Formats: sequence, C-alpha cells, structure tokens
Amino acid sequence: MTSAREAILGAVRTSLGRGALDDAQRAELDARIPAHTRPAQDEDPVERFKRKFESRSGTVARIDSREQIVAAVEAYRAAHDLKKKIAVGGALRELKWPRGWKKHHDPAGIDEALSLTTCFAAVAETGSLVFASGPDNPITHNFVPDDHIVVLEAKQIVARFEDAWTVLRNRDTGMPRATNIVSGPSRTADVEQTIQLGAHGPRRVHVILVG
Amino acid sequence: MEIRSREFKQRSVFAIHDANLQSALDRARDGFIGTRAARAAELPEFEQLREEAKGLKNHILEHLDHYLEKYEAAVTAAGGHVHWARDAAEARRIVLEICKRHDAKTVTKGKSMISEEIGLNEALIANGMEVVETDLGEYIIQLAEEPPSHIIAPAVHKTKKQITELFAAHHDRPPKTSVPDLVNEAREMLRGKFFAADVGITGGNFLIAETGSSVIVTNEGNGDLTQTLAKVHIVTSSIEKVVPTLDDATLLLRLLARSATGQETETYTTFSTGPRRKGDIDGPEEYHVVLVDNGRSKMLGGRFREMLRCIRCGACMNHCPVYGSVGGHAYGWVYPGPMGSVLTPLIKGLDNSYDLPNACTLNGRCASVCPVKIPLPDLLRELRHMQHQRELSPPTQRHALALWRFVATRPKLYHFGERIATRALALAGRTKGRIRRMPFAAGWTDTRDLPAPAGKTFIDQWKARRGQK
Repeated sequence: MTSAREAILGAVRTSLGRGALDDAQRAELDARIPAHTRPAQDEDPVERFKRKFESRSGTVARIDSREQIVAAVEAYRAAHDLKKKIAVGGALRELKWPRGWKKHHDPAGIDEALSLTTCFAAVAETGSLVFASGPDNPITHNFVPDDHIVVLEAKQIVARFEDAWTVLRNRDTGMPRATNIVSGPSRTADVEQTIQLGAHGPRRVHVILVG
Repeated sequence: MEIRSREFKQRSVFAIHDANLQSALDRARDGFIGTRAARAAELPEFEQLREEAKGLKNHILEHLDHYLEKYEAAVTAAGGHVHWARDAAEARRIVLEICKRHDAKTVTKGKSMISEEIGLNEALIANGMEVVETDLGEYIIQLAEEPPSHIIAPAVHKTKKQITELFAAHHDRPPKTSVPDLVNEAREMLRGKFFAADVGITGGNFLIAETGSSVIVTNEGNGDLTQTLAKVHIVTSSIEKVVPTLDDATLLLRLLARSATGQETETYTTFSTGPRRKGDIDGPEEYHVVLVDNGRSKMLGGRFREMLRCIRCGACMNHCPVYGSVGGHAYGWVYPGPMGSVLTPLIKGLDNSYDLPNACTLNGRCASVCPVKIPLPDLLRELRHMQHQRELSPPTQRHALALWRFVATRPKLYHFGERIATRALALAGRTKGRIRRMPFAAGWTDTRDLPAPAGKTFIDQWKARRGQK
C-alpha cells in the first residue's frame, strides 16, 4: 500500500507533469536567494521603532543604562498601581530588587499579573519586538500576564524583518523553538469591528529602551 | 461540516431579510474596505509586492514537492512529526489518534480554516473530548452552534446585542453590554481552559521549509496560549502553505496583514519549530503537523492552480457585492465569497455547489484587491463553462444559449430578429418608456422595470447617421 506521503507527492508530480527533481535541480532551488522588494525606510530605526510601537498602543520609557531597569519597572508599577510581584526572565536573574518585591523565574502561572523579560531584537519597520524562546526566555512570560515589560537595547533594533532573520540565523543554536513577533498589546475586533485591547494576551506592553 | 451550498438561493433570500445580518454586514464592509485601502496607499511598494508575491507563489507551486520534502526534513530535525493526509477523513483520523494516545479530555483550538474544512471539531466531540475554540469570533460562533461566516472574522455576522445574549445564556453571569466587558468576560472564561488543555490545535498560515517552522498570525494571542500551554501542539495546515524561507514568508506577511485587517502587521506572528527543548521550562512536549491535501494536488494540474496562491486574507469577500449582501452562511460551506465560490466546487464537487460560481456579477473587484493576484472572475467563469459542458446548468438555460448561439452566428437572421424585438419592446413600453411585466422574464420584472428600447436598433441608427454625413 502506498503511504499517504508517497501518494500526495506522487499526485503533486503528476499534476506538475514531471518526476522527482534530480540533485542538481534541488541544489539550484536550495541556493535560491529571495530578491523581493524591501520597503523603503528613511527614518532613524530607533525613532521609527518607538513611533510605530506607540501607534500600536505600546508604551516606551527610555533609560541611559541597565542600572536603571529596576527603577523603571518600579515607576511603571506605581503608575499602574500593580502588586510588587513579578515573573522575571532568567536572562535578568542578576537584577537586585528592593524590599517588598517578590520575584520568580518560573513559567507564568494562571494568575500572573506582571512580567519582565528581555527580547531578541526589535524591528523598526512595524514597531515589533522579536522574542526567541529558551531556558532563560519562557514564552508564557510574553502571553499570560496582564502587563508585560520588555527590556530592549537600542542596538538591538533592526530596520526590517529580513535583518532580524539574519541575526537569528547567526545564532549558535539556530532557529528557536518559538519565535514570537509582538507588536503591542493583545487586541480583538470580533465584536462589531470595535478594536478592544487585552483579548487573551497582555493588556499592556511596555518597553524599557536602554541607550 | 455538511455542505449546504445547494440551498444558496433560499439562504440568500433569508439573509437579505435578516435585519441584524444586514447591519453587521454594512459595518464590516465599511471597516474592511477603508482600512485596507489606507494601508495599501501608505506603502508605495504595495503593487510591486503583489506582483512579487504572485511570482513567489507560482515558483513554490512549480516546485511544491521539493519544498514539502525540505519542510518535512526540517520539522523532523527539530524533533517534530509530520503526518500526511490525503483527505478530510484521513486528517481527522490522524488528529484523533494523537489526542487518544494522550488521553486528551480538553482540547483548545486556535483559529484554523483547515480544521473547519476537515470537520475536526465534530470528530473530537464525538469521541468524548471537550473542544474549546479560543479565538473570540470562533468562541462566539461555537456558543451559537454556527459555522464561521468569514475566513478571518468568523462572527462578523453577529451584532453586539446577540453576543450579549449568547454570553448571558452560557456563562451564568449578569449580561454584559459593552465591548470591553464582553471581551473581558471571554478572557476570564477561557483562561482556565488554556491551562487545563491536554492538546492545543492551531492552523498554520505558512510553513517554512528553511527552518521547519509553522507560522500563525493572530491579534488576540489565543493561538499562542493554545500552543504553549497544552502538553501537545498539533498544527493542521495544507500542502500549498509551504514557503521556502523566512524572507519569503516576510513578503507574504507584509501583504497578508494589510489585505486582511488593514494593519501593517497583526499583533502576534509566531514561528513554532518543534517541541520543548532541553532546558526549556515551558512549551509543548510534542509537536505534530498534519499536512492536508484534500484535492489540492489535483488542483495543481490545471487551470485552477492559480487558486492555490491564496493566502486566506479575506479581501475578496470584503470587496464582493454579493458577499456584502448575503453574508457568509448563504454559501453553505466553509469558504464563502469569491475564493469560496472557486474552492467549494473544486473540493466538494461542481454538482454540490451549482449556484456558487454563478453568484458573481463579474465586476472584478475581488481580483483587483487580491494580494496574490488570483484572477477570481476568470476562474468563476471557467467553472460556469465546466457546468455547462457537464450539463449541470438548467436545461432551459442551455437550450436558450444554444438558440442564441444559432442566431448570433447568422448576422442576417440576428439583425432581422433584433429589429422585430426592438419594435415590439418599444411598442410595449410606449407610454412610459419602461416595461412593467414581461413574459419569460418575471425574474427581472418582478422587482424592477425593464427600460424600453428606442424603437430602432443601433445598427439602423448607425447607418442612418452615416448616411447623413
């Protein structure tokens, strides 16, 4: 009996009017370099990222150095009157938290309200954050809490998605298990086309931009 | 899902008289058309990208076997499993087996049109599983026990008031009337389900051969919670969704968001590559992809290959005057609007869906907005041709066409007949210049008057005027 796999690939080839490709043809396809148009951009990538991210209801606070991260988180927490309980990505394990704060590095639980994570890159084109999952970057931190705070270094901002893929390909560990592109808070327009934030993912996404 | 496309005409009459539906359709049309046009206008390269996307999809289809094999190898290398399904029944069987192996009780789902196409929910429920749709629109229609009426906005036919009533009836909570309260209630109701799920099923907008990744595009984040929190992640997708590289996917993503919801990007685009890895503290323990053919390999062979370029944005239906008048349910199966009127006959058979290719005015707006430039009106016309050849069209229509052909290919006879008809019609409408009732044409004159002709044919008038010069 032919397997479904062979049957489908066979039917595809019959429809294409040819047999399987030979090694030379396959090598040629594998060497193909996508040459599509990249939309023009004449804006400073950092400024454009900020403008686009804010246009999608994200917020940005800029700080000069990583020493100010905890203070920036505290300012955000106070502004939104949140509890001093936070899920922190393992990459930010070294941060020192003032008295009264409870932090953990576990996956986000069902009642998780606030998380602080790093990201892998950001894309100026659309104001998007790129997250790469890994032991220090559990992806529940990006989706479960009501408030998600992201530490982004200005030098991590690239112009277009194709640039982000280049950075991703150059990682030692290759393609992450999950690569999340996040452009602002969760939203839905499923009730009468009215845009409402906070559907299932975070209600607010706040970027602490370093540098 | 059972096909009910034979009832298109009855369902259309019903839809046109449904005031709730008409107000929902008006609102949706205005929103979708305006935002898409604004985003397209903002991007000077938009038309160029459409042409390039068409070229990219043609390239992929021409080498589909190669990219599928490459994709499969990459998924396997990342620790995932690829399953091939020739048809809907085989796809259902594969998903069921995985769910049963894990003794699944709760199955959460991100939005997937393939899952609708293969009738997955019914199969899972029949096997005792609780199936929870997590996209808000899908959740609403699941409560209402209705199929989706739009491929990206499944509950677009529902008014806020209807959603209020549905939630009140199912949630055992006081009725919520504002949009924020309704959305929040759904968020609270579904939270526990995400965490309790044994299996999470999502679709796949794109499958990337380079990396073995499946891609989902959402605004709510429900798809991500579905696939991250369940023990097992199953992707249901179809063979034409494969793209060679991450860069290629980017070209299509730029067009998809703008064409679908009129945004530069959707809120979440997620690339999933295999199961949880060593050291990971969250993510699914198993990762499966079910690659569905269901008629596509056959479609690849002829005139309808172009349909396989479709990236499921919904722009064609948003711009279709017929869809805008009757909504998605009238079409009677999973895919409505122009793309559905092509796909449904090809997947479910021409005889099951006679009216669909004919429910088109050939105005061409769908083709003019399609991000991958599918000539939808041409394909619909081709289906009509096939219906005629297979004698599926009504005998009176075929005989009338044969008679017309006989006359039209004999110019003298044609002009003679034309002269008589023109005079007769002019006489019939002489007092008011219009005809209120016509034998054999009640379909026209029941709802409007037929303007009466001038009394002389165009050819006669042309000859007379040339004579004057």
